[in-house]
Order: sequence, then structure tokens, then C-alpha cells
Amino acid sequence: MPSIRIDGVTYEVEAGRNLLETCLSLGLDLPYFCWHPAMGSIGACRQCAVVQYLDEESEQAERGRIVMGCMTPVTDGAIFSLSGDKARHFREAIVESLMLNHPHDCPVCAEGGECHLQDMTVMVGHRDRHYRGRKNTHRNQYLGPLIHHEMNRCITCYRCTRYYRDYAGGTDLAALASHDHVYFGRHAEGVLQSEFAGNLVEVCPTGVFTDKTLVEDYTRKWDLQSAPSVCTGCAVGCNTLPGERYGRLKRVHNRFNADVNGYFLCDRGRFGAGFVNSDKRLLYPGLRLADGRYDALHHHGALQHMQQMCRTGKVAGIGSPRASVEANFLLQTLVGANNFAPGFSEQEQPLVDLALALQQDSRAVIPDIRSIESADAVLILGEDVTNTAPRIALALRQSVRNKAYEMAAHLGLETWQDAAIRNLAQDQRSPLYIAAVADTRLADVATRNLSLAPGGVAALGAAVAALISGEEPEDLPPHLREQAGQIAAALSAARRPLLISGTGTGSAAAMQSAAAVTEALCAAGSQAMLCLVVPEANSLGQAMLTGPDAPGLATLRERAESGELDTLVVLENDLYRRGSADSIDRLLQAFSNVIVLDGMDNATTSSASLVLAAASFAETDGTLVSLEGRAQRHYPVFLPPQERHPSWVWLLACMKELERPEVRSLHHFDDITRSCGARIPALAGITAASPDYHYRNVGVKIPRQPPRYSGRTAMRADRSVHERMQPSDEESPLAFTMEGLNRSVPGALLPWVWAPGWNSNQSLHKFQSEVGGPLQGGTAGVRLLQPGNPVSAAGLSVDTVTAPAEPGHWLLVPRQHIFGSDELSALSPAIAELAEPGYIALRSADAAALGVSPGDGVVAGNALATLAVRVDDSLAEGCAAYPAGLAGTENLHPLDRVELRRAENWQRPPEVIGSDGGARLRGARPRGARPRGARPGGGDV
Amino acid sequence: MSGQMETTLIPVLSPEEIAEIDAEISHVPYRSAVAIDALKIVQAHRGWVSDESLRAIARHLEMSAEELEGVATFYNLIFRRPVGDNVILLCNSISCWIKGCENLQAKITEQLGINLGETTPDNQFTLLPVTCLGACDKAPVMMVGDALHENVDAETLTKLFREGGE
Repeated sequence: MPSIRIDGVTYEVEAGRNLLETCLSLGLDLPYFCWHPAMGSIGACRQCAVVQYLDEESEQAERGRIVMGCMTPVTDGAIFSLSGDKARHFREAIVESLMLNHPHDCPVCAEGGECHLQDMTVMVGHRDRHYRGRKNTHRNQYLGPLIHHEMNRCITCYRCTRYYRDYAGGTDLAALASHDHVYFGRHAEGVLQSEFAGNLVEVCPTGVFTDKTLVEDYTRKWDLQSAPSVCTGCAVGCNTLPGERYGRLKRVHNRFNADVNGYFLCDRGRFGAGFVNSDKRLLYPGLRLADGRYDALHHHGALQHMQQMCRTGKVAGIGSPRASVEANFLLQTLVGANNFAPGFSEQEQPLVDLALALQQDSRAVIPDIRSIESADAVLILGEDVTNTAPRIALALRQSVRNKAYEMAAHLGLETWQDAAIRNLAQDQRSPLYIAAVADTRLADVATRNLSLAPGGVAALGAAVAALISGEEPEDLPPHLREQAGQIAAALSAARRPLLISGTGTGSAAAMQSAAAVTEALCAAGSQAMLCLVVPEANSLGQAMLTGPDAPGLATLRERAESGELDTLVVLENDLYRRGSADSIDRLLQAFSNVIVLDGMDNATTSSASLVLAAASFAETDGTLVSLEGRAQRHYPVFLPPQERHPSWVWLLACMKELERPEVRSLHHFDDITRSCGARIPALAGITAASPDYHYRNVGVKIPRQPPRYSGRTAMRADRSVHERMQPSDEESPLAFTMEGLNRSVPGALLPWVWAPGWNSNQSLHKFQSEVGGPLQGGTAGVRLLQPGNPVSAAGLSVDTVTAPAEPGHWLLVPRQHIFGSDELSALSPAIAELAEPGYIALRSADAAALGVSPGDGVVAGNALATLAVRVDDSLAEGCAAYPAGLAGTENLHPLDRVELRRAENWQRPPEVIGSDGGARLRGARPRGARPRGARPGGGDV
Repeated sequence: MSGQMETTLIPVLSPEEIAEIDAEISHVPYRSAVAIDALKIVQAHRGWVSDESLRAIARHLEMSAEELEGVATFYNLIFRRPVGDNVILLCNSISCWIKGCENLQAKITEQLGINLGETTPDNQFTLLPVTCLGACDKAPVMMVGDALHENVDAETLTKLFREGGE
């Protein structure tokens, strides 16, 4: 370890780091702008200047030279000064020059109060402006519904384009013009195209890029009440920090987790929680009357109805892969495992079970996101991760850079030398092979994109597995044989090869073949990784809870029709998204009583006899199991209003009314978690996901409100001028207060980041064990999947699905969409604006054969769907793609073979013309969003 | 509808422009490497680079409009706004400044009625500043079109403007 001296104090420091990150890790404040822990150094802004002395003599004489901390490696014996006059004056002058054109608009700036520029300006002591000239001003651009643009505030640190282009692979944001009129924006106004654009909000050190949904419903950071949460947008399980004020969820910020999301979220996660504020949210329980309307109930009344309906003893339950482990566990306990369906669609249930089984049985490493970034050869079989598990796509964009880091290591370049390494590597990348039904958003960094029907994807995977095992694959077309050979060679040569597949294409075979490849690699002694993407935030937890023998929706229907069951309890699940309208109608009609717990007015609540208003993820505790088998706890950011309660509260109260022995000793949320861990072997570890209710930090609870939280009485002054008692949290170590400590708390409990002198999110390093390293309190969550017993590759059967040979018939393949395919995020206004209308995509030759061109209508099967035609020539032959989960696709099933024909009397949808540039069509309605029948809860009393 | 709209709105590069750009592409490993040359080629043909031209070039070079815009706007001799038939590039660097380029600029403004960045109403001249034309020993200098004018004085200007920039 090198030993360096800073301002007369000697430190032992980690080799290979630069001085800036070393100083920050040591707890020394050194200002910076262009550097970012995830993006390394370029030495552009000159803000982290320090004095370096040649030797002790020159240190004594204060004769040193100015160097940039971010570009200076720590070397043994080096002598620096942060506090030397020369460096202090230099840093102050830099801020003054950066501020030449910066407006004095902090009071109206959305960044104010959490602005890195404010913090750094105060840190360098700059106060008086000497510049008396005119400030440059710019026109701002419309960048879509997510990001607000205010270019005048720019200090040209280049972090935005370094993030957007270099890190996230976006192409439509650039540094334009030169010298004193540099402009960061698009060629023309329009929606930013990257699925990760939202991170600009946190990457920009000032208020150029801010969260538009926050700007439109604004609250300062210091007035936000926050709690550690977990994103419910997909199965990755990114850690989030939602902020609340006045009972509204105002924004979602990234919550650092070194192993999962690191510093970045996707836009579905950041902007997809707006549904919490939706006016479709239910406030009261309701009972359906004979005339079809709902009668709002007090919770006592609702519980009485519920327990009476459940008293028959012939009760079935349908859980939800988007609800917590605890709520699902309680419902399973209420109805019994034999009567409990996990709540997947008929197609999805075996796929998720398979994904779990393959990972449980695999001796491959089940990677977290950080491990995915470390992969040096990747094969994706079928899954379009940008749209099903977006954060993985961002990680894969980093994984292809491992080649560059390898080249840099040869030259002795440190990994933080960002500009040098990019120059060195140019477009040389680690291998990334993608076999999918059509080109995906990762196509630009892929070594090879192979368009194959799901059956072909699986066959390719099986062939690669065979080749790695030294066998010759059978029945493979010559061009695929060659590709398989290259892929097998690349994976075999890699030190950390990674296989990715998942449920997104509806094909079991792709996942089986991915497991077969990792098995072959492991057999050859490689540390292979296997990542299988499942659809929802708790899909894997649900499979762990129910096991492969759980009944499906059809089984429950049959048993209800035979009179074996008469009451159905549905937990947070809009069943109309899980099957065709006909099949769900039949299912619900088979039961005399249908009780639905949900937070949202949807098609299923509209068909219920009794609706119980359920809290959202932001209003309740819950444990979710991510795709890597990581159990993570989320906490209520605020308490639900009126008679809306967490599902687990409803279910526990009902079971208490029924005097069920299983719940006699359950009183708190933690009791349910413990009971679940004790009764379900696969979930045995979940109690370790976070500290229990009794945890105290230096004797007190952890505050959800920052110390400067203001107006606690004033914000209610229109109704009462008395200080209301703060609600107490009986379920967690967090409190609805500003009193308490937020330092050195477990990683799972960190409700906000803020440190003296560091008001922005850049204060994070004060909570990390070292810059970029895990949180001081440990990484949130616990891994439930342990490496299991190897299965033999031969034992993995790979079912192949081939494209239809019949002319006029196509194989239907689902395409997932980050904006629109997920139920709840699609109900958030900003995401809904980006969701596209339904379509059927065809190759241009197929479209021509049908006599249709883009925008024409096409009918699938026997009037299963009538949708607009899109042309995509990257589609595999014989396939027609449709967007999963979007309006108009309810009756289309993955991998069905359907006839297609031109739709007569088709009316083209209205289109946006010319001047709107990149603006997209609006008005896409997410599936299931159409209200059916009277609105329960809210109004009809 | 939009498909047709798009095809009519997007101007295609002329066959001559494409041929010249493709000739440049043949010398380099990536299409986008000829970004500057392609911009110069189109500017030579059309006098300036419009938004539509820029998008057409970007498409031809398989790069995003933003990437090409970053290149185009970095160089002040790629004109992203229309210019007159003759562009006057008046050097305002140190040698020319010592030798009185400010007076020259005032004279030009007086004679043509245009300031820096402006074009005469008859579209004959556009006046732009430039930083060094590499002829400091003959300062003050300026370029009009492709011609370099050395030791410029009031007479040179009068003669030049009378001849219409030839």
C-alpha cells in the first residue's frame, strides 16, 4: 500500500486509485465536477486542483505545482496539499469561471437544495462575482415527458454526454458548438431515446437536466419524506428512494446498492411509480350491490363481509407476482396451498417455475448486476433485456468494455483513465452474441446479432452447449453451425462467461439451452454465470413460495365449476392481464363470491363482489425476491390514507376474525416474514433481508424526514393549526419524523443521503465504505439461491419450436416494451405518454405478400386482434411480433401459429406530423386500463 | 401517410454529392470518419448545410444527427445558416489587430451595411470573423470566397466590392 502525505498527515492508501477518489474515501472534502465514480476521470473541469510537492524541502518552502486530483495516481511517498493557498485560489477561480454564465435562479431551480454546484461553490468559498458582462443564454429543448431542460444553468462539465453516450450508449444527445457557447442537447427537439435518460437528473451536477414529473409537482429535497424501497417495475430489484410530500409520491431517486443497481436506474423505474398518485387508486373497500354499483364500507364492515364469505371453507386464492412475499404467504395460509394459485398466466407459470428450477439446480454462478458487468463474454438467448430487465442492458454495455480494460491493463493504465482507455480501445469490445427474434436495443454493441425464431434460438444454444462439450451438434444449418462454433469458442476462452435468457419470449427451450451451455462450461472448469430473467418484481419469490405443483387459473376454475370451491380471493392482480377476457370471465363467474384486494380500479376489481382497497408498494412493508434470488425489503414511504390498508393487514385481520390458529402468534409484519421463512424452505433466508423492528441506531429509530424538513404543522394549516402527533411506525425501525440519526445505519435502512457540506446525491460517498464501494452499513438484501447440485447437460431437454411451414401462417412472438408492457408503470402519466399503440410487426416481404404497408391494419387469426402493421426486417423468418401487454393484444398468445390477413375498413390512427420531430403518438392505453362497470371505492357511496 | 410525408420531406443527397462522399469513404475504416469531408462537400454544392442536409448526410454515414451536429457546429466554417454568394472572412487575430483590422471592419460595415454574421440584402456578401489565415507577415488579411487578400486597405475594399467579389 502506498503511503502519501496530505497537508502534513500521512495516510496508507489503496494503490491504483487517483488522488481525488482517495481523498474522498479518506473523508477529505475536495470539490469536483467532471469526475463520477462510475465513469472515471477525464480531467476536464480543473476543479479538483491540489498542490503536489516534489519533496519535503519544497513542501517546507511551499513550492509546489498544481495537479488535478482526478488525474493523479497515488504513488508511494507523494506529498500533496489540499489547503495550500495556491490550490485554494485556483479552485475558487475555477468555480468563478464556471459561474460566468450561470444564472442566479436557485430559488426557482428544481436542483436547488440538492445541487452539487451549490455545494462546490460554498466549499471553495467563492462569494463575489467579478464578471460584469452579459451572460450567454440559450433556448431550451423539449426532451420528452421525463426530462426538463434548462441549458442556461450548464457549467460544461460534459458529465451528461459522458453518461448518456459513453456509459449508456445513447446517440441523441451531444455536445454542440464550441468555446463559450457549447450546448448540450439534441439535433432537434424531441423525446430522448435512451431508456436510461432519467439518470441525467442525478448525473448533471446542476439544474440543466431535471426530473420533469418533479418539476411539475415540485418539492425540495429537504421537504421530502423518504424510505428505502425496491423498484416494482421488473424483476431486477433495483433499490430506490421514493420521496413523498402531501400524500403524493413526488419522485424516485436511485438508492445505491453496490451489487444491484449501483448508481443508475432505468426510466421505467424512475418514472414508473407515478401510478401511486393515480385517481384510479381506491380509497375505501366496497361491496357490490344488486344493481351493480359499489357501496363504500368502513374497514370493520368490509372485514365482516370478508370473513363471512371465507367461512364456507371452500376458499381459493390467487396471489400475485407483483405483491410481497408476506401478502402472498398470508393468502396461501388462508386458503391452503392446494387452493392457492400463484397468479401467473397459464403460459407463464411453467416458465417461471422452470427459471427457478434451472437456477436452483445449476452449479453456475447466479450473477448480480455487478457480476454481469464483469462478464468477458456473453450469449443472450432470446431475451430482450432492455425491455424486460432494463438495468441488465445497462450492465451489459459495461461488460463489453472489459476488452478495453484488458488492453489498458497491458499498458499499465488504471481503469479510471476514462478518456485514455476509450481512445485506446476505440470500438474493440468483449464478445456479446445476441440470438433473438429480431434486433434488440443492444444490437449496436453486439459482436453478432442473429435473428432466429424461438426454436432456432434454442437449437443454437443446444449446439453451442454440444460444441463446448466437444460433441458435434446435429441438424444445424451450415451458417448456424459456423456461428455456434464462434460463440462456443468465445465462451470457452472467457474467464467469466455469462448466459442470459428468460421468460420474455414465452419459450422454455431458450432457458433450457442457456442452462445447458452454462452446465457445459462448468463441466469444462469455467466459472460460468447463468442469468434467467423473470417478468415481475416478485415472480421468483412467488415460484419459491408455491412450487411447481401449485394449481393454475384453469385448475381453480374447474374445481369451482365442480362445486369444490365457492369463494375466490384475488391479491393485487388484474387477472384480465393474465388471460383472454373470455377465460377470466369464466373463471370469475365460476365462484359465487369474488374478493379482490387491489390498490387500483381495474377490470378485476370491477368484477368483484367485495373490493378491499390495498396500499401500494410505497405505502406498505414487503419483501420481494428479485431475479437473482435476492430478497429485499421495502418500507412504507408514507401511510395510506382513509380506508386503504396494506394487503397483509387485511388478510391478517380476516384470519384473526376467523380465529385461524396459524396466525394466533402473528401480530406484526416481521412475525409474518419469520413464519414464512420457517414454513417455506426455499424462503428460509428472508428474515436476513433487513434488520427487524427492534433495530435501533444509537437507541433511536431512523428518521424518514431529513433534519431540515419544514412546515409539518403549516402544511395542514388550512384544516387545523394544531401540531398533529406524527404517526408511529409499529412495523419497522424507521420513524415518520426528523429526529434520529441517519449515519452508520444498515444499507437496507438508509432513507436518504445527505452529509454536512454535501446536500446533493454526491454525498453518497460519505455513506460508502470507500468511493464506489458498498455502503458502510452493508449491502441491502440477502441471496436465497445457493449453488446447487449439477445436473447433466444431457438431462436438459430442449423443446424446439419451429416456424410454421404453411403459407399465410405466422408464429406469434411477443416483444416486450419498457414503456407499456408492465401493468403498473404504464399507469404512470409520464410512462403512458411514451407507451406506443399496439402493432403487428412483419418482415417487408411478408407485408408485401399480405398486401399491406406500414400503418395498414392486419387481422390475426379468427379476429383475435386487429392491429396496425409495422415493418421490421430484422425479424426472424416466419415470425410476426406483437407488443406484450399493450392494448389490443389481449387475445394473442406467445408462440401460437396464426393466420394473418389484411384488415378491411381499417382506419389509420391519427399521426403526428413533421414539426413535432421526435414526438410520438399519444393516447396508447395500457391493457386493462379501461374501466369496466362502476368505479368501486372512491365515489359511488 | 407519415411514410409518404417522410419521403417527401427528406431531401436526398445528389448523385454528385454521394459520389464525392463515397470516394472519401473508400479511404477510411468507418463511414463516420468522413463526417467533416462530407459536410464540406455538401456545403460546396449548396453553399451551406441545412438541417435537412445534415440529417441526410448523417443517414448516409450511418451516424446519429446529434453526432454529426456536434461536428458541424464545432467548426465555424461549416455554415449551418445560409450565407451570401461571397463569404468575407476577416482575420481578427493579433497581427491583423495590430495592423488595424478593426478599422477595416468598420469600413466594410460602412460600405456594405452589414455587421459580423450578417449578409447583404442582395445576398452578395456575408461577413464573418476568423482567427488567423496564416499570413501574418502580410497583415491585415482577409479571404473573400477562395481568394486571400493581403495588406488590405480601404482601396482594396472599394475595388473589391465594386467588382462584386471577383
